[in-house]
Amino acid sequence: MTSRLMSGNEAIAQGAWEAGVAFAAGYPGTPSTEVLERLATYDEIDAQWSTNEKVAFDEGMGAALGGVRTMVTMKHVGLNVAADPFMVFPYAGTNAGFVVLVADDPGMYSSQNEQDSRYLAKVAKVPVLEPADAAEAKQMIKTAFELSERFTTPVMFRTTTRLAHTRGVAEEGERVEVPRRQFSRKVSQYAIPVYARFRRPELEEKLARLREFAETFDGNVIEDGDPKIGVVSHGIPYQYVKEVAPQATVFKLGMVYPLPEKKLKEFCARFETVYVVEESEGFIQQELASFGISNVIGKERFTNIGELSADLVAAGLNGTPVPDDFAGEVAILPRPPVLCAGCPHRGVFSTLKKLGALVTGDIGCYTLGCLPPFDAMHTTFCMGASIGNATGFNRAGEEKVVAVIGDSTFLHAGLPGILSAAYNAVPTTTILLDNGTTGMTGHQEHPGTGHTLKGGPAPAVDYEALIKSLGVEHVEVVDPWDLAATERAIVAGLAHHGPAVIIARRHCNLLPEEKVREHATYRVDPDECIVCEDCFETGCPALVWQDDLPYIREWECVGCSMCSQLCPVDAIGLAEGA
Amino acid sequence: MAVTNVLIAGVGGQGAVLASELLALAAIAAGHDVKQGEFHGVAQRGGAVFSHVRFGDRVHSPMAPRGKVDYLLALEKLEALRYAHFVKPGGTIIVNDHKVEPIRVGDQRPYPDDAIDVLEGKGFNVVVIKATEKANELGNHRAANVVLLGALSASLDIPQETWKSTLQERIPEKLLALNQQAFAAGRQLFTP
Repeated sequence: MTSRLMSGNEAIAQGAWEAGVAFAAGYPGTPSTEVLERLATYDEIDAQWSTNEKVAFDEGMGAALGGVRTMVTMKHVGLNVAADPFMVFPYAGTNAGFVVLVADDPGMYSSQNEQDSRYLAKVAKVPVLEPADAAEAKQMIKTAFELSERFTTPVMFRTTTRLAHTRGVAEEGERVEVPRRQFSRKVSQYAIPVYARFRRPELEEKLARLREFAETFDGNVIEDGDPKIGVVSHGIPYQYVKEVAPQATVFKLGMVYPLPEKKLKEFCARFETVYVVEESEGFIQQELASFGISNVIGKERFTNIGELSADLVAAGLNGTPVPDDFAGEVAILPRPPVLCAGCPHRGVFSTLKKLGALVTGDIGCYTLGCLPPFDAMHTTFCMGASIGNATGFNRAGEEKVVAVIGDSTFLHAGLPGILSAAYNAVPTTTILLDNGTTGMTGHQEHPGTGHTLKGGPAPAVDYEALIKSLGVEHVEVVDPWDLAATERAIVAGLAHHGPAVIIARRHCNLLPEEKVREHATYRVDPDECIVCEDCFETGCPALVWQDDLPYIREWECVGCSMCSQLCPVDAIGLAEGA
Repeated sequence: MAVTNVLIAGVGGQGAVLASELLALAAIAAGHDVKQGEFHGVAQRGGAVFSHVRFGDRVHSPMAPRGKVDYLLALEKLEALRYAHFVKPGGTIIVNDHKVEPIRVGDQRPYPDDAIDVLEGKGFNVVVIKATEKANELGNHRAANVVLLGALSASLDIPQETWKSTLQERIPEKLLALNQQAFAAGRQLFTP
């Protein structure tokens, strides 16, 4: 066996491969994405991007019932999309091992909310395993499959951003093939709505057996230390505890639901006070309270907002202050992410700003349209919400409303919104930003790209035909680099009496084929420039100030020409020799 | 061996993550336990990016506590300021003599051109390296990350041979010569 550097996500994929996983499905979502990308590199695993997490979950259920070990992957908000099957599947139970990987994002590095998925697992009555680093993740995912088959239950494998994206040393092992299990057509087990009332007590019995199992599970470990300092922890927070209080006696939970009640009662009785160090909500703390354990300090000292850190855990355990940064003494300017130079989304947002439209947004890079210089996105909530929100604003009497949604998001959750607007004849105007990829999560394929996760060819969705087939009569395609055409198209869409869709089509500049595309670059003629700053309305990072004049950094310019189109005195032209 | 803490900071697209991966790989090859955790938001370019690399006998937390970092490697001056509070008193800050103006979102204060003076005033051992200039001389400004890594390398408990093999294994062949030169140039620029 060889050891190598692996991220938590890579280690999970490695472990799942070793565990004999045969089918894997998911939808991209930071910080979960790389698990499925990695799974796709193994020949033995059928891995696919599904159109959304519910579809992935449904497909995964089918595969697991069909008898092969299956993993579905998603971020925490993806589990909300898949919540319907997630809540019902436990009533049936699985056939072959079924693990749903859910990556939470405390600190919201790339998410719209903080959500502690352990609560959803509790509602679904599904056991949850959570590793503390890459090496442990690689082993624990195997346990997850064994547990799933032993108790015929779906298992949640919960990670967080820090676990997913931290690299550590983990061992590569061998794959063990698992024979396919026969599916028995037992209607009384799998036709849930009809038989749910009969299945319901069995779900409670299964949970009771899982509670018993938790008492002896070797992933729940007591690490003895100072008999006066007792800590209950799990996952990444456990590492912070070991960092700042290596002397403490720690009850480390590898299974965070259901909890080993007897063992925890015995443990807590050994100490005057027990500290529960957990990230996000006080889930374990509340469970302990429900067991009648009262000598606990948890969320009183360890915030439920954002990500914990060694510093915050030290402050909570030892009372040491968290050192401040130097922002109080010197101007540490923020450096937020920006849309790339020549990003096609820029053309749409500078036009929407000019038109003064009320813009309902969606989830993707283009959410940055809400920031200066555009200020051209006024609401953003979750996948697909833009279209329904725009329809609602229309219903409320707002006149100039535009929904903006990316191609991958549109296929994930936008279609029902368009169909509803068409069905109800609401004049919702939607701009579909078709950049030919799932941009924000790092360029994953989707049903519009013509390729599968494994790189094979696939039919690419014909957006125009698809949208027209839903009952939308007004569908127009524009190049968002052409500002005049983009403006005409949006104005025409808004003027249309029924629902309208404008497809702003141009590939993301970061796609490999775009990066090597030959292109011109532009430059500002200092003698012609009147310093009106109109070009800065593009917000392009290639355009900077130099000697009190706008200046285009040639190495960053991709030749989109949008700044040139905005210049009122033609001071921006092709660079010489281009 | 006690844990050595390195923090690498830069602007998205400058290669802070690759530099930290190279360091983590070299540390493993040298027989250390390693954790490397990177912090970035969405995948667009231009945002602040930083990464912790910790190595030693046994590493727990993916990120070093504040005030415990031995070496801060900054690919940009403002980013050195942003993370300097992680550095231990008297710790070393190796900073690229390079400025990238952030896109302004509301905050209209001028760029802190006195960044180096501020850091020196706090008693840090500040080492200014013209890494981007050096990388440009070698033919590609993107190699500044490896110039800085070279500058850091002489201070760490990782043999020269290990660095060599790590670069060879991780860097694609067509960029290997450039990165080897960048590393050697950086190493020449700073020896503690």
